[in-house]
Amino acid sequence: MSISVQLNVNGKSVTLDCPSNTTLVDLLRERLELTGTHVGCDTTQCGACTVHLNGRAVKSCTILAAQCEGAEVTTIEGLGDTDNLHPMQEAFRECHGLQCGFCTPGMIMSAVDLVHREPAINEQVIREGLEGNICRCTGYHNIVLAVESAAKKMRN
Amino acid sequence: MVEQSIGKSVLRKEDQRFITGKGRYTGDIDLRGQTYGYFVRSPYAHAVVGEIDTSEAESMSGVVAVLTGKQVAEDELGGLPCGWMIHSKDGGEMKQPLHPVMAATKVNYVGEPVALVVAESFDEAKNAAEHVSVDYEELPAVVSTAAAQSAPDIYTEAPGNTCYQWELGEKEATDAAIEGAAHVTRYTLTNNRLIPNALEPRAAIADFNTGTEELTLYTTSQNPHLARLILTAFVQIAPEHKLRIIAPDVGGGFGSKIFVYSEETALAWASMKLGVAIKWTAERSESFLADAHGRDHVSDAELAMDEEGNFLALRVKTTANMGAYLSTFASAVPTYLYGTLLAGQYKTPNIYVEVDSVFTNTAPVDAYRGAGRPEATFLLERIVDLAAKELGIDPAELRRKNMIQPADFPYQTPVALEYDIGDYEASLNKAMEMADYAGFAGRKADSEANGKLRGIGLSCYIEACGLAPSALAGALGAGVGLWESGEVRVNPTGSVTVMTGTHSHGQGHETTFAQLVASRFGISVDDVEVVHGDTGKMDFGLGTYGSRSLSVGGSALSVAADKVVEKGRKIAAHLLEGDVDNIDFEDGEFRLKESNRSKTFQEIAFAAYVPHDYPIEELEPGLAEKAFYDPVNFTYPAGTHICEVEIDPETGVTEITKFTAVDDFGTIINPMIVDGQVHGGVAQGIGQAMLEQCVYDESGQLQTGSFMDYCMPRADDLPKFTVGMTTTVCTHNPVGAKGCGEAGAIGSPPAVINAITDAVGVRDISMPATPEKIWRAVQEVRS
Repeated sequence: MSISVQLNVNGKSVTLDCPSNTTLVDLLRERLELTGTHVGCDTTQCGACTVHLNGRAVKSCTILAAQCEGAEVTTIEGLGDTDNLHPMQEAFRECHGLQCGFCTPGMIMSAVDLVHREPAINEQVIREGLEGNICRCTGYHNIVLAVESAAKKMRN
Repeated sequence: MVEQSIGKSVLRKEDQRFITGKGRYTGDIDLRGQTYGYFVRSPYAHAVVGEIDTSEAESMSGVVAVLTGKQVAEDELGGLPCGWMIHSKDGGEMKQPLHPVMAATKVNYVGEPVALVVAESFDEAKNAAEHVSVDYEELPAVVSTAAAQSAPDIYTEAPGNTCYQWELGEKEATDAAIEGAAHVTRYTLTNNRLIPNALEPRAAIADFNTGTEELTLYTTSQNPHLARLILTAFVQIAPEHKLRIIAPDVGGGFGSKIFVYSEETALAWASMKLGVAIKWTAERSESFLADAHGRDHVSDAELAMDEEGNFLALRVKTTANMGAYLSTFASAVPTYLYGTLLAGQYKTPNIYVEVDSVFTNTAPVDAYRGAGRPEATFLLERIVDLAAKELGIDPAELRRKNMIQPADFPYQTPVALEYDIGDYEASLNKAMEMADYAGFAGRKADSEANGKLRGIGLSCYIEACGLAPSALAGALGAGVGLWESGEVRVNPTGSVTVMTGTHSHGQGHETTFAQLVASRFGISVDDVEVVHGDTGKMDFGLGTYGSRSLSVGGSALSVAADKVVEKGRKIAAHLLEGDVDNIDFEDGEFRLKESNRSKTFQEIAFAAYVPHDYPIEELEPGLAEKAFYDPVNFTYPAGTHICEVEIDPETGVTEITKFTAVDDFGTIINPMIVDGQVHGGVAQGIGQAMLEQCVYDESGQLQTGSFMDYCMPRADDLPKFTVGMTTTVCTHNPVGAKGCGEAGAIGSPPAVINAITDAVGVRDISMPATPEKIWRAVQEVRS
């Protein structure tokens, strides 16, 4: 069955027809060619597909496009670009918070939401808050430093 | 003058695309008119394959074709080869049962591909795959590593499920030394089986152009040239000059993307057969089932000492699980990457190791970060710790007493390797200082006052990297040379394009190699672009594994850059009207000695490409040089890791309160990147020690087939790491580097287990030391 979905992605209004079982990540990657959002697992565990849905971090592999009617979606491409990086993107680079880069977009999207949600950011809050995003490369050490650093900038 | 960048933490050039979502991984690539592949996989660990009925699937909407293992056999495709011949102690060659691209007559592990469905969409391919009907006649499965040799044979050509029985070292001398020793410590251990789980699942697009008869394979590979060689020479998919392999951004490898697998190969074959582009992206459950796994050893070890604790001999008997087939480098891992490392940092005069490699009905096992060296280090650093406890000597002091000293280099071990340089005690001392080893007793007392257990554990590791001198590798059975290629192309305006045969999938080569070359030329790192991962762009190369990229690939670039400078000096001599012997090159300028005349690097580059005033009779125009660097020895990174833990005895929950790693990697180009490699390696080592375990049940079904069952290290499982360096420069490569990618995963597991057993007060807890196991051990001690 095909459905029609209208949503706002990275500030642009999008209306498209898709099969009713289309997930948000498939809509983003396959229909809108926003391939910065990645798929790293099939059990909603790794968090590589994390995007913001109405300002909150969600795993886009487990949201149906149909659930996003009228929603605001922000992906890594919409968070900031080369000329205008989000402090979290900048901090990941400055703190060497990424290696292969595959988990990075999801990790950054989760981290931004974490800083928005949590009144006090410290190492423990960051580690627990990013528990749903798996990174196999960095051992998380520099990711923690990046989020601490970005949180300071985001609050100033 | 541009600031010299060697040794500086230059931010990574590659990061811009990754942090903005502009990375280009295989799964991000779509080709016009592409179709989608989905594999039908065996649900049984061991079964005879009967009829395969594809008719229903073929009639389904969007299905282009269903190809089976039987068609692979009809097309007489070669099997997937293992690249390293190991000879048994009786001189016989290892047993190498056919590793088919897809199974035709018998399946040997759960998840083995038997058919490939090609359809116009992913959903159509996946749905149709469920309608491919395969008749299986189930056979008893062999699963246990330890019991494999007494189980029914999987292959008639491999009696006792034995692939080879290998040995290294002097048996008689070792036996005699153990026989007469004052003290012998004995240890039986398992090195737990792991699943690599790079975060990007494997993926490929095979695109055969029927007009040019060229096949392009985009794939998640750590070594695209090697994949091309294997697909051409062994599987005979396509001629080498008609086969281009592109490994674009690759989301982590850790060894698992070295190998040439069934899926990518089947895709290439199917694309040629059908004349369409086919894309396959593994679902994570497929990664669990069909990526090569790691480790999986069971061993008995004996360490003999005199009254003072001087090591006299080490005897080791290991059984190593190869899984159902020999993967690309599987045979080398428990032999030349394991047995050769058993001397560790110590002057043990007699060592003898026997390794039986066995087949089981499980996924193939091959190199995973460290590959053999973590297994050797774990065995050695655990038995040394046990010996220290038995003798009542401080574990640090027993190690110190037996360490090879700086004056001993070059040091020939009893297990084939010649260490070139190191200062092991310097790393031990620095690590003990950084970990505040001396203050441990006070911290332990504090923990005890709070009802907690506290322990500290050391590990002094060595590894052999920079694979490898080709002649030596060849003599030991390697099927390929292990040099590396590099090309330095100076463009007319003086910017530089660097081509390397190594591959970066997280290691930051685009930055490190740029620093290396930019520093040689006195130009900005921003003016150097590093290109890798495309057989259509660069010379043959061997790829990235074994922490070899900088020490071997970087050395090739260093030699190529020297050639550029040499040619530049000749051009400069002409332009400056001097003798070439009087031309110096420094800080980006060619200067004529005893004159004020000079030319910049950029001016020389321009002159090389616009040779209006040029020694054209003596020199060709252009300024691009290549080098093929063959290492003269392995490199030997080494160091000390110290883990301190606090355990809640009521729950067994363990917190790593501090993890200290002090490593000697030789010359370091970018400390930030090197620290990051250590962090990631240590995280995987802690994962092995405390969290990760691949489990098959008795029938060969994978029990840990998802991230919900297989415990990956997450942010709240790990501590911050304390990282330090000591430096002895590698003596035999022009960069002076030793390699840093695997050390963390090699050094850390025994440090963790030594700390946990120290805290609990037990002799052993097997990996992974989960809260349950630790709690049980605590209860045992208390009763």
